[in-house]
Amino acid sequence: MAFMLTVNGVAREMDVDADTPLLWALRDTLNLTGTKFGCGVAACGACTVHLDGVAVRSCQATVEDATGSEVTTIEGLSGPEAEAVQGAWRDLNVVQCGYCQSGQIMQAVSLLKENPSPTDAEIQEEMNGNLCRCATYSRVGAAVRDAADRLA
Amino acid sequence: MTLQTSRREFLQGAATAGLVIGLSPSGAFAATPAQELSPNPFVTIGEDGTVTVILKHFEMGQGTSTGLTTLVAEELDADWDAVEIAFAPADASRYVNTAFGAQGTGGSTAIANSFVQYRQAGAAARDLLVRAAAAEWSVPAEEIIIENSVLKHASGKESGFGPMTGRAATLTVAEELKLKDPSEFKLIGRETLARKDNLAKTTGAADFAIDIRRPNMLTVVVARAPMFGGKPTSVNDEAALATRGVEAVRVLPEGVAVYATDTWSAMKGREALEVEWDLSAAETRSSAQILEDTRALLEQDGQTARKDGDGAAALAGAAKTVEADFLFPFLAHSPMEPLNCVIERTADGGVEIWDGCQFPSLAQPTVAAVMGVDPAQVKINTVWAGGSFGRRANPTSDYHAEAALALKMLEGSALEGRPVHLVWTREDDVRGGYYRPAYAHRVRAGVDADGHPVAWDQRQSGKSILIGTFFEEMLVQDGVDGTSVEGASTLPYAVPNLEVSIRNTETPIKVLWWRAVGHTHTAYSTEVIMDMLAEAANADPVEYRLSLLGDHPRHAGVLKLAAEKAGWNEPLPEGRGRGVAVHESFSSFVATVVEVSTNEDGAVKIERVVTAVDCGLAINPDVIKAQLEGGTGFGLGSVMRNQITLTDGEVDQTNFWDYEPLRLSDMPPVEVHIVPSAEAPTGVGEPGTPPAGPALANAIYAATGKRAFTLPMTESGIEFA
Ligand code: FES
Ligand code: FES
Repeated sequence: MAFMLTVNGVAREMDVDADTPLLWALRDTLNLTGTKFGCGVAACGACTVHLDGVAVRSCQATVEDATGSEVTTIEGLSGPEAEAVQGAWRDLNVVQCGYCQSGQIMQAVSLLKENPSPTDAEIQEEMNGNLCRCATYSRVGAAVRDAADRLA
Repeated sequence: MTLQTSRREFLQGAATAGLVIGLSPSGAFAATPAQELSPNPFVTIGEDGTVTVILKHFEMGQGTSTGLTTLVAEELDADWDAVEIAFAPADASRYVNTAFGAQGTGGSTAIANSFVQYRQAGAAARDLLVRAAAAEWSVPAEEIIIENSVLKHASGKESGFGPMTGRAATLTVAEELKLKDPSEFKLIGRETLARKDNLAKTTGAADFAIDIRRPNMLTVVVARAPMFGGKPTSVNDEAALATRGVEAVRVLPEGVAVYATDTWSAMKGREALEVEWDLSAAETRSSAQILEDTRALLEQDGQTARKDGDGAAALAGAAKTVEADFLFPFLAHSPMEPLNCVIERTADGGVEIWDGCQFPSLAQPTVAAVMGVDPAQVKINTVWAGGSFGRRANPTSDYHAEAALALKMLEGSALEGRPVHLVWTREDDVRGGYYRPAYAHRVRAGVDADGHPVAWDQRQSGKSILIGTFFEEMLVQDGVDGTSVEGASTLPYAVPNLEVSIRNTETPIKVLWWRAVGHTHTAYSTEVIMDMLAEAANADPVEYRLSLLGDHPRHAGVLKLAAEKAGWNEPLPEGRGRGVAVHESFSSFVATVVEVSTNEDGAVKIERVVTAVDCGLAINPDVIKAQLEGGTGFGLGSVMRNQITLTDGEVDQTNFWDYEPLRLSDMPPVEVHIVPSAEAPTGVGEPGTPPAGPALANAIYAATGKRAFTLPMTESGIEFA
C-alpha cells in the first residue's frame, strides 16, 4: 500500500504493507538509520522517535499509525531542547557503545519539551524504559539534569 | 569528524589531495609539495595538516578510540579536537595485538599493548615534522616546539603540520625516538577529554554494521533449532516465499535462511516457515537438571589447577570451618546492537564485509574458508560496534560464518552477486547460545583458633570455554582451562593450604567468554567466602582482608582507598548494610563497596557504590570512570536478576522483557576513585564487573542476614525494591 509520511519535515511516499512498523520504514525504506532496532517489542527504547513531538517506540507504531503525524528522528532533531540535550551528552561523555543513545536522546528531548524542569524522580520515570546495556545510566541521568539546567 | 573506514579509501583520498596541492598556496610555500605523511601504520598527517590515528582496536564503547588517540596526540602535541580516527583494515602483520599475537580486541588489553607503540607512532611523526621545519627554517631541531598542532620557533616562525608533510615525507624516522617523560604529559591523565565518538553517537550519524546499506542488498534472518544441537531436516517454504519482499529460502547446516528485500519482510517470512528439526543430538535437559548434574560432579575428583600444602589435613584440624555451594546460571551477553554483518562479493573474486569486528584474525580466515578464497581476499571494514561484552570475539566467528554461508548459498541462482546482510533479532540473541557457562562451586575453608585461614578447598565444575576450540592446544593444560578457574587459582590471600580444582562438563549449549570471563563467578564465590571467614574470625571484613594481603600491595591499596572513601567505619542506620569485595582481573585491581537499604517488606535497594581502581598509569581518567561505572552496573544487573534457563532443552527467555538488564532506576550512584600510579597502564573494560556482585551479596548479608549462594539473587529469595 502507498503511504505518505512527513519525516523530519519532508513528505515521503512509500509502498509497504500497512502493518510495517515505523521503525523498519524509517530504517529500510527511508534509510534513516539513526533510529535503532534493539528488541522490536517495546522493551528497550532504542527505536524511540517523536510523533508530533512526543516520544514513541517506532517498533510498535505502524506506518499507518504515523500517517498524518509529524515524525521526527534523531537526524531531524533541532530546537533548544535538542541542543541542550546533545550538548550535555557530549560534555558529560555519556556515550559508550552508543547504540542506545539515539533513543535516550529522543526520550530526553521529549521529556524536556513537556516538562522543562523535571525532578529526579520524573527523570527516572521518563527515562526508565530506555535500556543501556553499557549501563551509562548515571551519566544519562546527570545529562538530562544538566540539559534542564541549560534550558532554565 | 569524518570516519574513514578503510585504508584504501584513505590512500585514494590522499592521492586526490596531492593533485590539488600543486595549485594551492601551501603547495607553493613548501619546498617539497605537501603530501600525506604516513610514518608508520598508526598515524597519517594529510596535506591539510589533519592528523588521523589508525585504530588497531575496535570500539565497542570501552573508549579505545579515545585512548589510542590520546597516546598519539600526546607525543605529537596535536590539537585534540582536530585529530581524526579511522579503524584499521584486517592486516595482522601491521595491526597485531601484541598480547595475543593476532589482530583482535579482548582481555582488556587494548591500552596495555598499545601504550608504547602508539606513543612511538606519535613521536615518529613529531620527529619528522620537527626536522622538516628545522630544515625549512634553518634552525636547530631542538629549538622547535609544538603546541596544539602548531610548530613554533622562538624567532617567531610558525607553521601548521600541513606545509611540512612534503619535506617530512622525504626524511627517515630516527632509530631512537625519545618519548615524553610522564611529567611532560598534557593529554595523558587529563581529567576529562572529549570522547572521540561523542559527536557521531549523539547525532545518529555513527554507522554500526546494522546501518550499512549496499546496493541491492538482501536482508537475511535465520530460523534456528528450538534446542541446542538441532539441525533442520525438512522445510516447507511455500508461505514464506509468498510473503511480500521475500526473495529466497535456503537451508543452512544449522538453520534456515530467509532472504528478503528488507528486515521486516525477512522476519515475516521466517514466521511463515515450517521447519522439521532433527533433535536427536540436542540438549534436552532443563537448566535445573544441568545445574544439578554440574553440582553432583563436585563430589568427584577434578583436575587440579592449584595446590599449596595439604588442604584436607588442614581442614580437618581447623578450629572453625565455613562451607558453601554456589550455583551460577548461563548468561547471555545481549549487546544492544543485535549481531549482524554485511558481506558481498568483490569484482576481483574476493569478499568484503562490514562488521563491528572484534577479532579480524578470527573472522578473516573463517569467512575465507567458507567462501573458498584466500584470507587476504577478505576485506574487513570495521565499523562502530554496538556493544560486545565478549560476544563478538568468538573462536568460531559464528555470525561471520553464517553470513558467508548465506552469501555462498546464492551462488548459481538469479540472486548471485547481491550483497547479504545477516541480522539476528533480539530473540535470536537471547536464545542463541554462546552463553557465560553455568557453573557450580563448592568452597570449604577453615580458620585456626586465632582466626587465621589455614585451609581453602575450592571445587568447581562447568563447561570449559576453550576446550574444543583451536585455543585448546595453546591454553588448556592437563584438562585445566585457565579461564574456568582464573581468580580462584590466583587467590591473593595468604592461605597456606589452598586447593583449586575443576571438573569439565559436556553439553551442546555453546558457551563463550562474557565480560571478565571466569572472574565473573570466581570473584563471587571467593569474596563471599572471605566475608564468611572474616565473620568466623570475628574480624572486620576490610581489616581481615588487609591482614592477608601483605604480599599484594595493589590489592591492599584499592581496598584501603575504597573503604576510606565509602566511610567504611562510619555507623549505618538500621536496615542498611555495607559489603566489600576486592579482585584482580586482567592485571587491574578493583575494590568495591556497596551500600544497600531494605524496606519494610525486606526488599533491597542499592543505595551507593564506591569503587577504587588501580590500572597503572591512568591514560584517560574519565574513560576509566565510565568503564568502572558501566562494568559495575553490568555486574550488578546480572547478579540481581539475569539468567538463561531451559525447560526440556528450550530456552525460556525471549527478549528484554524476561532477560531484563539493569535499568536507570536500579542504577546506584557509582563513585570511582583511581589510585595514582606510575606502573604500566592496564585495562579497565572488564575489571569493574567481578567485584560488584560479591560486594552486593556481602552488603545484603550485612543488612538482612541472608546469603545469596545461588545466582541470580532472585533465586536465593532476595527481592529488590
Ligand atoms: S526496538 Fe523498539 S523498544 Fe526496543
Ligand atoms: S551506550 Fe551502549 S547500550 Fe547504551
